[in-house]
Amino acid sequence: MAPSPLRILPRIHPGNAHFWQGGAAGELRFLRCAACRTWLHPPAPRCPQCLGRELAPEAVSGRGRVVSFTINHKAWVPGEDQPYAIVLVELAEQPGLRLMSNLVGCPPEAARIGLEVRVRFEDCGEAFVPLFEPVDDP
Amino acid sequence: MTEILERRAAITGLGQSEVGRRLGRDPLDLTLDACLAAIEDAGLGREDVDGLATYPGAMPMPRGFSGAGIPEVQDALRLELRWYTGGIELPGQLGAVIDACLAVAAGLANHVLCFRSVWEASAQGGGGRGPAGGREGRLPRADGFMEWTLPFRAYSPANWVALYAQRHFHEYGTTREQLAQIALTARRNAAGNPKAVYRQPLSLDDYLAAPLISTPLCLYDCDVPVDGATALVVSRRELARDGPHPVVGVQAVGSAIRGRPSWDQWDDLTTMALRDAAAMLWERSDARPGDVDVAELYDGFSFLALAWLEALGFCGRGEGGGFVEGGARIAREGELPLNTQGGQLSGGRLHGFGFLHEACLQLRGDGGARQVPGSPRLAVAAAGGGPLAGCLLLERA
Repeated sequence: MAPSPLRILPRIHPGNAHFWQGGAAGELRFLRCAACRTWLHPPAPRCPQCLGRELAPEAVSGRGRVVSFTINHKAWVPGEDQPYAIVLVELAEQPGLRLMSNLVGCPPEAARIGLEVRVRFEDCGEAFVPLFEPVDDP
Repeated sequence: MTEILERRAAITGLGQSEVGRRLGRDPLDLTLDACLAAIEDAGLGREDVDGLATYPGAMPMPRGFSGAGIPEVQDALRLELRWYTGGIELPGQLGAVIDACLAVAAGLANHVLCFRSVWEASAQGGGGRGPAGGREGRLPRADGFMEWTLPFRAYSPANWVALYAQRHFHEYGTTREQLAQIALTARRNAAGNPKAVYRQPLSLDDYLAAPLISTPLCLYDCDVPVDGATALVVSRRELARDGPHPVVGVQAVGSAIRGRPSWDQWDDLTTMALRDAAAMLWERSDARPGDVDVAELYDGFSFLALAWLEALGFCGRGEGGGFVEGGARIAREGELPLNTQGGQLSGGRLHGFGFLHEACLQLRGDGGARQVPGSPRLAVAAAGGGPLAGCLLLERA
């Protein structure tokens, strides 16, 4: 996907590079606890379940479902196109493993709770932003 | 049972500056207007004030979000303080007042002046605060919680709240027509508040025809930035009897947060931290939701007031839409008058403290044209959304 000139990017640092740059390899990566196998998001220095310190990035399938959405109509930033869909996606790997994103590859009106989605990445240079598209055509 | 320590506190003074769009006033001056009014209202002099509390403290960014911090107000009034606090990592805006209650209860201070001051209307009129400060040139880099929202163009709390509202609509069948009643009720009540920003009538048709901001929220679901300041004096209760007004005692506070402290990671997408703060409030009182005579519930977005109604047990979980449907139940003459000053939706975004001010005014019987009938005895004031939530149960002694 072509980068959008208006996408505000994160500040990349060693603690979040796995997430924001995993897309270069086509992977959506989260920290995972080696001891109890819990996935973490956002990244943290210890596992919130077992307090284990041995955490390493691991790729998820990139599949999930929309648990909520909103279609934004307001121009918060000059020059942006509206409307667009903001989604909360829960990943297939773990209940509650969730992130905010955008629904792409379909009209924003196709957003609905329960929609099955998969990740695709927008190459923004230093960051690959994980966005989601419907698994089947809406 | 352990003593409910906040009952040693009372709210003895109320003050508010002028409130409006782009007043062009010096924010500290506006703050002092409210502070001096509250001190006078309490029948005190500034030499009596020995505590100071505010939310969020001085903050240069975003512009307009804070009109004054603790040192500025202390210095401007040459206060001699025994205790003070100012900060943003609190159980919502009213967290500063909860702290003040505990300070007087613990004997650290006798009279704590609490204030919240904003000048967002003037700030936005002067070029806008913009998302994360990025208007021109190189875009900023998102950090902290914004790292998980801005790259996805979720710039505004309107977007974040909308995700909860949408989920509530989905799980419980809540409708825009029902949600509208929060905004329409606020507008009707604003007609009785000379300081309210929007006082002209608003119909359901107007609401439904308004521009969408972030579905299901439209323009009238979002509050209006203003310039203005609110102040209250929290006193040791035994000193309150000497004041010129009926005593408004603090019955209980709620400050809990048990879920993850963020907008996007909260466990239940139909509630927010207000679920936990509200539950704690009732754990600390023998009163029940049905005993409450007036509710002043944060409506930075209409959905937040709906969520507070449910969290506080005025209706069952998921039943907020049906509870407000038609608007009669939450009208000034209804069984639970809501946001009697017009809320922030029509009254202006005084950011939480306006609700507490109004709750006290109603309990005193000083509501004027908007006074709820029947001499209300018990009121709830609540503020916050997302991971922020704090609330107080107040009683007229």
